Amino acid sequence: MNKTSWFNVVSLTLGFAFLYIPMIILIIFSFNESKLVTVWAGFSTKWYGELMHNKAFLDAAWVTIKVAVFSSTIATVLGTMAAYVMVRGGRFRGRTLFSGMIYAPLVMPEVITGLSLLLLFIGIGLDRGVLTIVLAHGTFSMCYVSVVVSSRLVTFDRSLEEAALDLGCSPAEAFRLVTLPIIAPAVISGWLLAFTLSLDDLVIASFTTGPSATTLPIKIFSAMRLGVSPEINALSTIMIAIITVGVITASLVAKQQLVRQRREEQDAVRS
Amino acid sequence: MRRFFLIAPPYAWLLLLFLAPFAIVVKISLSDYALAIPPYVPKFSWDEGIGAYLSQLDFENYIFLTEDDLYWKAYLSSFKIAAISTTLTLLVGYPIAYGMTRVPSEWRPTLMMLVILPFWTSFLIRVYAWMGILSSEGYLNQLLLWIGVIDTPLIILNTNAAVYIGIVYTYLPFMILPIYSALERLDESLIEAAEDLGCSRLKAFWLVTIPLSKTGIVAGCFLVFIPALGEFVIPSLLGGSNTLMIGKVLWEEFFSNRDWPVASAVAVVLLLLLVIPIVLFQRNQQKQQEAEQ
Repeated sequence: MNKTSWFNVVSLTLGFAFLYIPMIILIIFSFNESKLVTVWAGFSTKWYGELMHNKAFLDAAWVTIKVAVFSSTIATVLGTMAAYVMVRGGRFRGRTLFSGMIYAPLVMPEVITGLSLLLLFIGIGLDRGVLTIVLAHGTFSMCYVSVVVSSRLVTFDRSLEEAALDLGCSPAEAFRLVTLPIIAPAVISGWLLAFTLSLDDLVIASFTTGPSATTLPIKIFSAMRLGVSPEINALSTIMIAIITVGVITASLVAKQQLVRQRREEQDAVRS
Repeated sequence: MRRFFLIAPPYAWLLLLFLAPFAIVVKISLSDYALAIPPYVPKFSWDEGIGAYLSQLDFENYIFLTEDDLYWKAYLSSFKIAAISTTLTLLVGYPIAYGMTRVPSEWRPTLMMLVILPFWTSFLIRVYAWMGILSSEGYLNQLLLWIGVIDTPLIILNTNAAVYIGIVYTYLPFMILPIYSALERLDESLIEAAEDLGCSRLKAFWLVTIPLSKTGIVAGCFLVFIPALGEFVIPSLLGGSNTLMIGKVLWEEFFSNRDWPVASAVAVVLLLLLVIPIVLFQRNQQKQQEAEQ
């Protein structure tokens, strides 16, 4: 096997160094004693301590988590319904418009989505705050969920559903007992994706929020505009750690599920 | 009937929270600026009817966009910045995607995971990480001064160069993944055949590998170009006062100048400009799907 030439080794090493070194530097300097982020002055965890007493950041974090939980749950329900309709629904009136509305938000610049939703909320006189951010996040995340779920729906064997119907299940039972367990991993990863998108969003939240609700990205962004600070480094490190653990756990669970599911599908075919 | 209950909720949601807001943007882009709350004069009223509304329509906000240098310069410069960064991302991303298909197959899921992981990490944090690196007393300048390559610190932060770096860094996974999946499907024996028939390795790469990974390259470029065009966070954190990007202009028009009609007109024009690359992208995706079947 002489496929891995020196050129490939060098490009992979440089590539992954480029992807990871900025993060690693950020993490290292969150443990810096000095207030000056670019000068190393000894190890310290004091910035983490200060973060824990920063009420503004803690409040913003709480708002962000609330928004993310509600919006990703709404997005998952609506997105799964939309995916099911698109893949299994057959023809119906207005299908083209529907699929257009599902794919468009994926490529829409955030500034436009944010602006248009804000103008809507003002137009109908809705007070801006947590509720309006939830509505806004639910809208764009449902499109991501529906893409993830429909890619799973497309690949799975439709005859399993038909068999359940033939054996006397009602359509609702067939969905609950056969379809849902099979697409469950996709639904869960759709929820996780929606959750992270909501946690991450600055632009749409800035447009659709009011004075009563400040999310963490809005708070972080206004702090970042003033320059680099060790407190933001500490906060970023915590967020990176949570995401890393989350993603690795999720992918291990998904892998296990996939293995089990394949085995069950094979058993079902054999018997 | 049962199907209706399944279709209705997501459909109604999208009509109300996706389509209706656009209609409002278009409407406000055609109204006049006013010092009021909300800061525009609605020109449409049901009493006068649609005919009267249409007869008094003018496109003065759009005409204003063509008259003021700022706007068309911002559109042009967004296009330029997005195009340059997309090219750079391709040049950085292709070798990585290619290298990933050349390692033993048991490593590939791990490398794949390493490419996807930054995508899940906060976008803001990834952009912020570069502020510390690129500033005049930042890590890059410290390193270069220490090695002795330069005598005075380079000014990179708050220039367009920093914006390019930021876009390449944050959108790199979008470029790597489609190219990787195109390269992975590539039939190894075609390259061997080309080499057997007398091609050098480089020539085989150029004549076989690149054309066969074209759909991945095109998909990756659009996935970077389209969002980069309307980018706001990167130019406002890494760019300078003379970095003109339309996302930033729209933001300032809305939040600082509070000129909603002009902000709406800026949004409508940006959307019209985006229709072209989006349609091309979808055609590419369709072609790829047909090729797979």
